[in-house]
Parts: sequence; structure tokens; C-alpha cells
Amino acid sequence: MTDIKIKIESLYKIFGNKPASVLQHVHDGMSKADLLEKHGHVLGLKDINVDIPARGISVIMGLSGSGKSTLIRHINRLIEPTAGKVIIDDQDVLAMNKKQLGDFRRHKASMVFQKFGLHVHKTVAENVAYGLVIQGIALKEAKKQSQKWLDRVGLAGFEEHYPSQLSGGMQQRVGLARALATDAEILLMDEAFSALDPLIRTDMQDVLLDLQTELHKTIVFITHDLDEALRIGDNIAILRDGAVIQQGEPQNIIINPADDYIFDFVKDINRGRVLQVKTLMSTGTGISGPDIVEKTVLEDALQVIANADTKAANIVDEGGNTVGSITLEQVVKGLARPDVETNPESRYR
Amino acid sequence: MSSLTEFLTTFPAMGRRDLSELKKAIDGGFRTFSREFGESLENFFYPLLKFLVWLEKLLLATPWPIIILIVAALAWFGSRSIKIVIGSVLSFLAIGYFGMWKDTMSTLAIISVSTIVCISVGIPLGILMARSDRAQAIVTPILDIMQTIPAFVYLIPVVMLLGIGKVPGLIAVCIYAIPPVVRLTNLGIRLVEKEALEAADAFGANYRQRLFGVQIPLALPNIFAGINQTIMMALAMVVIASMIGVAGLGVPVLRSISNQYLALGMMNGLAIVALAIIFDRVSQSYGERLQRHRHGVQHD
Ligand SMILES: Nc1ncnc2c1ncn2[C@@H]1O[C@H](COP(=O)(O)OP(=O)(O)OP(=O)(O)O)[C@@H](O)[C@H]1O
Ligand SMILES: [Mg+2]
Repeated sequence: MTDIKIKIESLYKIFGNKPASVLQHVHDGMSKADLLEKHGHVLGLKDINVDIPARGISVIMGLSGSGKSTLIRHINRLIEPTAGKVIIDDQDVLAMNKKQLGDFRRHKASMVFQKFGLHVHKTVAENVAYGLVIQGIALKEAKKQSQKWLDRVGLAGFEEHYPSQLSGGMQQRVGLARALATDAEILLMDEAFSALDPLIRTDMQDVLLDLQTELHKTIVFITHDLDEALRIGDNIAILRDGAVIQQGEPQNIIINPADDYIFDFVKDINRGRVLQVKTLMSTGTGISGPDIVEKTVLEDALQVIANADTKAANIVDEGGNTVGSITLEQVVKGLARPDVETNPESRYR
Repeated sequence: MSSLTEFLTTFPAMGRRDLSELKKAIDGGFRTFSREFGESLENFFYPLLKFLVWLEKLLLATPWPIIILIVAALAWFGSRSIKIVIGSVLSFLAIGYFGMWKDTMSTLAIISVSTIVCISVGIPLGILMARSDRAQAIVTPILDIMQTIPAFVYLIPVVMLLGIGKVPGLIAVCIYAIPPVVRLTNLGIRLVEKEALEAADAFGANYRQRLFGVQIPLALPNIFAGINQTIMMALAMVVIASMIGVAGLGVPVLRSISNQYLALGMMNGLAIVALAIIFDRVSQSYGERLQRHRHGVQHD
């Protein structure tokens, strides 16, 4: 049902003078710390295999230094890999020549940056039109074509302002409009909202989700904030020390964290507001009790179930068909934080 | 014992005879070189000489009220400040009133031409330096030498090659005045934010679009500071250049030194200062207006 837009295969990136010479050590399983200490090279990415589905928002998460920016910059090849493939629509980006890569960047993938990356010597309208100008369209025409994106992100009236006259949130709207204006199918967002205040950040997430229901772009979104990841991500991949340690649906990651590192990420979230009944239900025939839609979060479900005589509820999909059932006990269990067996082997760092 | 004392007190220098042989050989070599290439060099610089002479004649032939109008217009265009315009006009009136009009026009001509030469050589050189670390490693020490070597020292080979006249003067001025524009072009481009460039790359900009669309516009305030300094340094060379035959305000200054004419020297010196201040204020406020966009509310 989901077709894959971007396929990343055994991607490695090592920073240093002679990356190829130490690649074998990484293949042999040398750790990031050892590689730095013994060979003076930094392990950026290690054997990354990720499939990014088309028309969805894929989130890449990880702590600072885990390799998120490095990974996203391989998709449009702002960083050259040490080994591996990035296949987009049957074409390996890493094998493109200069001209193909230029075309790819001009038409197929656009990017939004953490520090906005705006051109401070240009007006808002000129910034938004930038991608089109680079495609070779005359500035006047490019401005006309990009005006609708400028309006769409709520910047109408600010066309002639300079970026330094805008607040951070407004500046990132310019960054977003600039990326949308080229009509690229792929949108790469490197911590695009991390520099913004919490309220403005939520605003921008709404803007993005809103646009996405209409545009269905393939979005790769980087963040270190789990709440943000859960709010907008259709699926999540988690990076640590340059390697992907878990990927899948957000709900699954929360109830089955692969190790302590991920457990640390998910332990503090408000489970009642994030987990959906669908994730915890017993599938199959319904039971007698009130109906709850499958995407209801536990907190809301609790209300209904606690008041029901049977202390249980039927789960139905959006069409009203029964898909399973859930009991009060299951809900309460879901709300409690699971114990991860603290196996000393799996303890990170 | 006594030989040791001698060794310690007198430096084991090259023999006097050998030394003079060496110097003679160098001088002879250079003389041969200049005999060989002096003429082709002169031909090479001929268009520049023609341009300089043409500009000087033009400035001298133009009626003085028109020159003053042009000065006022340029000052207004550059600075948009009525104070600077009035200051410039008054300075030029005073210069004319005290009989220094002609020399001032000659000085303006050579300053303009050398500034044009410095910009058209210096900015591309600075761009090259910003692009390649190797170019920077090669050019930087050369600029250091150009800025520290006493002007009189490089006047010698220039005069040997090209004789006395306007072109050697122009070259001497350029050698002295070009380093700031080169350095600040390089610096300005290297200081352009990484994010702004990364955005250009991500949208598929080619080298030319990157350079002219992002790097140079963002480096412009620095490049402008370099041009400003280059003009100042060119003015500072006016007196030395007049020693090798460049007409202008330097000539009466030289004459005053050898004849102890205090008033003449002061007046011409002050005229040079007035030109410097006008150039400086006008180009600086123009540079400031170029970066208007930076003066918004700052966020980070
Ligand atoms: N040009 C470089 N040279 C050497 N090491 C680098 C370079 N770029 C990144 N690294 C290293 O690669 C690792 C991953 O860096 P990266 O910027 O991708 O992390 P990140 O997950 O984006 O972190 P942050 O959340 O701080 O942005 C880090 O250890 C970093 O020091
Ligand atoms: Mg990063």
C-alpha cells in the first residue's frame, strides 16, 4: 500500500582525512569512540538502511551529535558519502553527475533549515522566489509564481520586508514558502522548528500538517523532540551514534522501546495523550459496551470506559465497523510506564 | 684566543669584493631584463596612459562650476547627506580660491584611474583567494610585502623598467594601494554565513549563481570598506608618486620641502586631506546604506 520514495541502503559516512582507509574497521564493528581515538576519524553514519514512504512525514530522531543532519544532507547530497546508496525513484542520487544533481536539487527536493538559511540581503518576496530564480525563471515572473506560497504561509503584506525585520517564526515561514515554491516532491526539514518558541513551534507544526493534507509531499523531518515527532510523524527512525536503532510506527516504538536509549526518550511522554486505543486493544470480535473510535487516545477512552457498566468498550474504525475491544485494565496498563529489563549489556554508554 | 675574539666581534660577512660583484650581477641582470622588456611593458600600459591623460585633460577642460556641480551630485548620490554635500562644495571652492585647482584635478585623475585599476585587479584576486586556500597561502605573503616594504624601494625597479612618468607613478600607487581591497574581498567572501551558502547549494545554484547571487552581495560591505581604504592609501601616495613625475598636489609639496615654503606645503597638504575626507565620508556612508537590510530588529 505504501510505495517507497527514498531508499537509503548501507550508507556510511566517516569524517576525516582518509575515510576509505578506515571503513574496514567500521565494517568490523569498531565503535565511534575507538575510531576517533585510534584513527582520528569521526564516524558520522554507520550502515543506515531506511525506507522512506512516499506522501508521508518520516521523522528522524536522535540526540545531538547522533548524525541526523549528516543523514538528511545525504538525501540531496550536500554531504558526499563514504559508501552506500540513496535511491530516489529508481535513481541513485550518489551516482548522479553534476548536471543531474543540479536538476535534482532544483526540481525534485527542497530544504528547510534550522537556522533558516535566508538571504538577508534579499526581501521576503525575493527569498521565496529564490528556488525559481535558480531554475532560470526571471525574478519578476518567479515572484508572481511564488506569491501564492507566500500568502499560504501567512506572509501576505510582508513581501518587501527584509528577513531581519521579521520574528523567528515569520522567518521560518519564509524558509518554508521558499521550499514549497519549487513544487518539489520531497521536502527535507532539518530541525526546522527547533529554534522557535514552543507556542510558535506548535503553530508551525499546524501550518505544516495543514499543508500536508493538501500537498501530500514526501517529507523527511528531523527533530530531537519526541512530542514533535509524535505529533507530526507517520513513522519514526531513531539514530544513536550514527546508527538507526529502531524504526517504525510511533505507537509501536512507545510500547516496545528497543533499548534503554529509546526508553529514555519515551519514558517522560504523557502516554494518556499519545497512545491510541487501537495500539492496546484485543483484536477480533467486540464486546458489549460503548463504542470508541480506534484513534481515540487513552485519556479520552478512560473517561468512557470508567463510566461503562462493563468497564470495557468496543473499538470501531472510522467506518463504524468493530475491530476489537479494550478493558479498563488494558487501559490502565497502557498508562503505566513499562519496565525495560535493565540488562547491563543493553545499557548504553 | 685572539682569533676567537675576532670571530665573536666581527660578523663573518661576505667579502666586500664578492658582495659588490653580487650586487653588480643583480643590477646588470635587471638592466638587461628592462632593456629587453621595458618597451613591451610600456606598450602594454599605453592604453592606461592614454586613459589617464584623457581624464586629466577632461577634468582640466571642464569649466569649474560644472566640476563643482558634479562633485555635489556624486556626494549626494553616495551619502544622501546634505552636510557632506555642503562640506565637499566648500572644500572645492577653497581649493580653487587658493590656486590649487589644476593640481587637484591632476590628483583626482590619477586617484580615479588607480582606484579603477585596483578594483578591477583586486576584486577578482580576492575572489580567487576566497575560493582556494592555496591561492590565499600564496597571495597573502605577497600582500604583506607590498604593505610593509618602503615605497622608495619598489620605486627603483619600477623606474628602471619604465623610466620617469605617469605610468610608473600609477603602478607605484597601485602597488601601495591594492592590498586592502584584495584582503577585504577575500575576507568578506570567507565570512559569508555557511547557512546562506548551504541554502544556495540545496536549491541547486551553480558556481556563478552562488558567487554573484550570494557571496558577493553579502560580502559587499567588506569589499566596500576595502575600496575605501584603497582610495585613502592612493591619496597617501600622491606625494611620493610626484617624485617620479606624476603631476598633482604632490609636486608643490615636494617643492616646499626642498625650499622650506611652509605656507605652500601646508595648503597643498590640507587639500590632500580635504580630498581624503570627502572620499572617505561619501564612500563610507554609501557602504552603510548598502547594508540597510541588516539594521532591522535582530533575532537569532
Ligand atoms: N564536517 C565534519 N567534520 C567532522 N565531523 C563532523 C562533521 N560534520 C559532522 N561531524 C560529526 O558527525 C557527528 C554527527 O553530526 P550531525 O551534525 O549530523 O549531528 P546531529 O544529530 O545533526 O546533531 P544536532 O542535533 O546537534 O544538530 C557528530 O559527531 C559530529 O561531530
Ligand atoms: Mg543537526
